[in-house]
Amino acid sequence: MELFSNTNIDWLSKKWLFLGFSLIFSVAGVLSILFWNHIPMGIDFKGGTQVRVAFPQQPNEDHLREAMDKAGIRDASIQRLTAGSGYEALITLPEANDTNSDSARNAVVHALNSQYHDSAFTIGDAYTVGPTAGKQLTHQAGWAVLWSLLGMLVFLWFRFEFIYGAAAVIAVFHDTLITVGAFSLTNQEITLTVIAAILTLVGYSMNDTIVIFDRIRENLQLMRRATLAEVVNKSINQTLSRTLLTSGLTFLTVLALYLFGGEVLHGFSFALVVGILIGTYSSIAVAAPMLVAYTEWRERNGKSTGLGAGRKAAA
Amino acid sequence: MHKNLNGKIALIIAILAVFLYGIFGIPHGGLKESLTRRIHLGLDLRGGTHIVLQVKTAEAVAATSDNDMVQAQDTVGKIAPAARVSKPDLQQPVLVVSSVSQDKLSAVRDALNANAFAAYDLSSTNDGYRLTMKLAEVKAIREHTLDTSIETIRSRVDSLGVAEPVIQKYGLGEDQILVELPGIDNAEHVRDVIQSTARLEIHEVTGGPYTSEQDAQMQLQPDSVLVQGGNSLEDQSWWSLKRISVVQGPDFRDARSGQDEGGRPDVNFTLTTGAGEKFYSYTSANIGKQMAIVLDNKVREVANINGAIRDQGQISGGGFTKQTAQDLSLMLRTGSLPASIVFLETHTVGASLGASSIRHGVIASVVGLVAVMIFMLIYYRGAGINADLALLLNLVILLGFMGFTGSTLTLPGIAGVILTIGMGVDSNVLIFERIREEIRAGKSASAAVHAGFAHAWVTILDTHVTTIVSAIILFFVGTGPVRGFAVTLMFGLLANLFTAVYVSRVIFDAILNRKTRGEALSI
Repeated sequence: MELFSNTNIDWLSKKWLFLGFSLIFSVAGVLSILFWNHIPMGIDFKGGTQVRVAFPQQPNEDHLREAMDKAGIRDASIQRLTAGSGYEALITLPEANDTNSDSARNAVVHALNSQYHDSAFTIGDAYTVGPTAGKQLTHQAGWAVLWSLLGMLVFLWFRFEFIYGAAAVIAVFHDTLITVGAFSLTNQEITLTVIAAILTLVGYSMNDTIVIFDRIRENLQLMRRATLAEVVNKSINQTLSRTLLTSGLTFLTVLALYLFGGEVLHGFSFALVVGILIGTYSSIAVAAPMLVAYTEWRERNGKSTGLGAGRKAAA
Repeated sequence: MHKNLNGKIALIIAILAVFLYGIFGIPHGGLKESLTRRIHLGLDLRGGTHIVLQVKTAEAVAATSDNDMVQAQDTVGKIAPAARVSKPDLQQPVLVVSSVSQDKLSAVRDALNANAFAAYDLSSTNDGYRLTMKLAEVKAIREHTLDTSIETIRSRVDSLGVAEPVIQKYGLGEDQILVELPGIDNAEHVRDVIQSTARLEIHEVTGGPYTSEQDAQMQLQPDSVLVQGGNSLEDQSWWSLKRISVVQGPDFRDARSGQDEGGRPDVNFTLTTGAGEKFYSYTSANIGKQMAIVLDNKVREVANINGAIRDQGQISGGGFTKQTAQDLSLMLRTGSLPASIVFLETHTVGASLGASSIRHGVIASVVGLVAVMIFMLIYYRGAGINADLALLLNLVILLGFMGFTGSTLTLPGIAGVILTIGMGVDSNVLIFERIREEIRAGKSASAAVHAGFAHAWVTILDTHVTTIVSAIILFFVGTGPVRGFAVTLMFGLLANLFTAVYVSRVIFDAILNRKTRGEALSI
């Protein structure tokens, strides 16, 4: 069985379409981040206490809130989870300071024990993070993402040329922005495992982009008289079936995770689901056109394009 | 062209066997038991408590310099009675010797150059000297405090009877300790046990009891601090205690709970010899005065000094239940913590959530695996079998790696396995697509296979390196569960480099050996 053999689509001509598409999603995400939901941070970054409670049937959020209030717990945020199997709720309290008290978790359990009578419940897990630990983690995670991107830029610069590295990093940045925007739009929390997923999709998007770049490099040697634009188009077409297949297969496994992996991994699998789709899209729609656009710009301004004598960027 | 593949096939089978051993060990008992014995499950899969705490090691430095200050005062006092030794900033290990008369300067200097103060750098001031603790010494004290804390917490935790507890240094610097207790999901009790190892000291009472803090403030004696407490638990009076303690945690050699004359629970303690001497000289010089036993910055007991006590003493007078007397004795026996601790992070996972996570993870893995395998068979036909075999071997190697290195499998780790399935098959797709291209361009089956592998190898290497770089960064940044993910991802990718290139190639060659010239390849 074969799909996508010998496609001959002019990808670069569609770059305005791609730009529009990307802009819509990026702007929506950015607007949500700035004005609407901001970036919902999990308590491992914010600090606080979060208790996951499982119920035999759908719990009544109002009753839960009442139970908390009666026990004197203000600021509790209650979120019902739409888990695959089973009914869960997340009760979150902000943390005031780095005190030694485990009281937040116990207060919640005590409140439920004494005030919530709708049904029995089991405590799944309880997570208390002091603000010091939270801040530490935020810094660490931030640096990790930056180092990752930097490392890849250097690696690509080394293997190809600087512009390739820059184009790939911009594409990855675009992917991360849209993924984080998706979290903001759907008001899902970003926890450390989600950051892990984001770092993975950074690697994955790079993968994808590198496959195309490798083919471009090969074709630049083979197609001596073609313009860069023609080479890029051909390269994308040649690798198209591999790109779509791999993304499809990885997407399949990640979808299995999203559907069957349970509530705890939900944020993680959501990040990957979005990330893999966008990562594949960005290699074709962002990295490649950026490469051509930059080279064309250099050519127009009379600078060297690194393409070699006699080769133009575009016809 | 026939290639001699026997050596290569033998190697692959050997590797399969080795990694199967890694997963199962020598199987005895059921398959499942062997598996769970080799592969450690993280807390999020097993259920348990995870605590990160920070030891305030600066306190130990302050305590040491406090002791040194007392000693310096003694030493200098014998030579130059008018001199004073003080600590201008209580948080810094800097001692200032002041009011030294000119003629005594050099004698004092010699005294301060003695071994007892070898940990300090000496510098001159207008009317005396300044002793600054050397940085290396500060560092040594802090490390020692951290190590001692770990040992103390370990012995405390042992009393809980946890199988395979983890207590170790954590994070990069910052004096943090990680405590992981599988199977225990009541963090409250654990924190009590650990926290109860905070500081125990005996201080001289310089004033009190005062009923309110203001009274106490007004009558505050020099070199004293205010502490609350009293002989019974409800006692809220304020006491003025000399800041520097006479006896500290490490000075207690032994302690037993017992009963005093009135039949009430009490604690009998024994000090170390050195501390005993110090205590003897203190108590004999202060008969009739009071001393306070301070636990966790609260006064637990105020006792009258009726006679000189050398190294055997008693904390009595009520205020103890049998349990608290035993707890206190345990604490004194195993050594109290040299510094106080702050809990930074606590995570408890119930066993049922852990089991449900495992279930979900396994289901998702199986679904993903089966979906991919079926697709490869449909899309690549014969070569699909090749890919599927490589994929299965990949998983065996990955799990075997984890068994051998004793890595911990966490829930994100299972996700990492699933991701490895998806990404692993990418390499195969790359190679197969290339082979198809070459066949379309007219090459023969074996030439196409050769060209396909040759071209794809560079790309496979590039893509794997970038993802491995991500995983390495994740490993250093992440905590337990995320580390588990980074580990499975890395091992999976490394295993994939082997199976996708070497093993797939061997299988292809074996198939090609069987084909006649010009016969098509099933791909």
